[in-house]
Amino acid sequence: MTTATTDASADLTKKTFRRRLEDFGRYIRRNPSLGVGIALLASLLLFVIIGYATYEVERFRPLSGGPDLAPFEPDPYNPGTRDGGYILGTDRQGRDVMSVMIAGIPLTLQIGLIAGLIGISVGTILAFVAAYYGGWVDQVISTIVDVGLTIPGILILIVIAVNIQSGLSVQQMGLAVSAVAWVWPARTIRAQVLVMREQLYVEIARLSGTSGFSIMFKEMLPNLAPYIGASLVGSVASAILASVGLEALGLGPFDSPTLGMTIYWNIQFSSILHGMWWWFGPPILVLAMIFVGLFLITAGLDEWSNPRLRKRV
Amino acid sequence: MTFRDILASIYTNYIFRRFLFFLLIIWIASTAIFLIPRLSGQDPVKEKLLLEAQRGGHMQAGLEEMAAEYSRKFGLDKPLLVQYGNYMADLFRFDFGPSIAYFPKSVNSLIGDSVIWTFGLLAVCTFIAFFVGTIAGALLGWPKSPNFLQYIFMPILTLAAIPYYLLALVLIYIFAFNLDWFPLFGGYAVATLPEWSFNFAWDVVHHAVLPASSIVLASLGFWALGMRGMMVTNQGEDFMIAAEAKGLRSIRLFFNYAVRNAVLPQTTALALSLGTVFTGSVLVEVIFRYPGLGNTLYQAIKLNDFFVIRGMIFIVIVTLGLATFIIDVTYPLLDPRVSYKKGS
Repeated sequence: MTTATTDASADLTKKTFRRRLEDFGRYIRRNPSLGVGIALLASLLLFVIIGYATYEVERFRPLSGGPDLAPFEPDPYNPGTRDGGYILGTDRQGRDVMSVMIAGIPLTLQIGLIAGLIGISVGTILAFVAAYYGGWVDQVISTIVDVGLTIPGILILIVIAVNIQSGLSVQQMGLAVSAVAWVWPARTIRAQVLVMREQLYVEIARLSGTSGFSIMFKEMLPNLAPYIGASLVGSVASAILASVGLEALGLGPFDSPTLGMTIYWNIQFSSILHGMWWWFGPPILVLAMIFVGLFLITAGLDEWSNPRLRKRV
Repeated sequence: MTFRDILASIYTNYIFRRFLFFLLIIWIASTAIFLIPRLSGQDPVKEKLLLEAQRGGHMQAGLEEMAAEYSRKFGLDKPLLVQYGNYMADLFRFDFGPSIAYFPKSVNSLIGDSVIWTFGLLAVCTFIAFFVGTIAGALLGWPKSPNFLQYIFMPILTLAAIPYYLLALVLIYIFAFNLDWFPLFGGYAVATLPEWSFNFAWDVVHHAVLPASSIVLASLGFWALGMRGMMVTNQGEDFMIAAEAKGLRSIRLFFNYAVRNAVLPQTTALALSLGTVFTGSVLVEVIFRYPGLGNTLYQAIKLNDFFVIRGMIFIVIVTLGLATFIIDVTYPLLDPRVSYKKGS
């Protein structure tokens, strides 16, 4: 009896899972930018996973091999063992570029996720407080947000990074970037809350004596979750943009092989003037894939969370 | 009219409110620049001086003089509030002190040398990107435009997601390193001195093509996407239906009805985009070793020249705030629906 029911329920979940997958597939076909974006990021993640499983990622450190080796060029510093060279060659300081890519992608994504998550959380809280309470609270928060939008965040980040400098870690980098990552979410989510505040169910909750706190976080927040999820992708993208920019300026974690630091070393050693395409090519390609992927996912999620945008032309 | 009424009417005045906002931007930004170094507990200026003292070298001569100037200027023994007051007074007079790395050259003269290059480059780039991007977006958002446009412009739109400097690296490799069509770096040929002549002007243009292309290509998409969105929104509006019902020619509908209304919000976006364009172009200048503000900022970061970093960031923020103020104030002239009187 029990086995029968578990079988049946397993069958049911299998079906619904399959159904869900089919539904998702159908939706992706209507919303190709979401699909392409997810595919771009998924292929990068797959690359990292396979890389960690099969490649010697440890060679991201300097002096792991001879310097300036083109792909598959025999390594004169490790004769006998490294006659086949390295798949993507080495950089000026003897890092294996392939290892740098495998180790660098998750580090860069990690900075983006830390900053994006903090940014969106702080932004959401500020947006709810401002829009729900209104009055002078709203005025103060909105004015600060407006000022923050006019001042380019990266300039403030440069001042912060110049002053921390000594031995920034990847996590600290994420924290630093989050200092300016809350501004844009705070503004856009506030606008959404303002619209939502006027809706009937909020009115009813207020009339029935629910506290402001639980109206905000139990009634309105779940309804805004899709929108907040969509803005999370956007703020992860801008956090990565800011962090890579800072790193390329030489204000990043020097001992970590993030993608931005790889760009920095490329600029520092003029790899282009030496024609070392295997060194500057991979980080450019990977960063382009990350940015375009996140951009397409944001556009796709926008359409999903905001049905008014759905294909009007 | 009592005095209080006059005060009230001044306060509700649109221009006055925008001006207050402009002052607020400068105040918040300069306070942040003042507080961040003190919160971090480190003193980049002192550290730099110590570092140079340990190294000896060419800096030795100015060191004592600088240390004296430094402690006199900032009165480090004084309470924080007095330091803050002095700092604000200096900023107000646009006195950012001497550069540490190029002492006794002042921060102002360092910035003055490079500002014209950045201004020229960015003004041209922004104009081209705004113009071309807006037209592309208008065509993309117009139902009657031919289908092949989609295929031409869509790849360019995705470039909007890519930072300028990545594109700059690709362009420099293809067109300067491999094809040798354009110079690899600099604002003008190494052997020449800036002068007012046709040859020099041509040289400057030749050097600017690649940096400008990377900025224009990567920022086109921003304008095109915004414009397309507005065109699509306008499509269902009553005035469009009325104009169509009148039997107006398609080209007239496009320019005089759809584009004319859709282009207004683009000008507001212009104010917000200026900051992005500047910060985006910093690394482009670094990659091309273009003699502009971005490169000076990069050198200052490398040499830990805190006064230059601080002065430049302050000036850039003032410029952006001022540009935003001007665009905000002129906006009601462009769009009669927004009036000066209503407040924000």
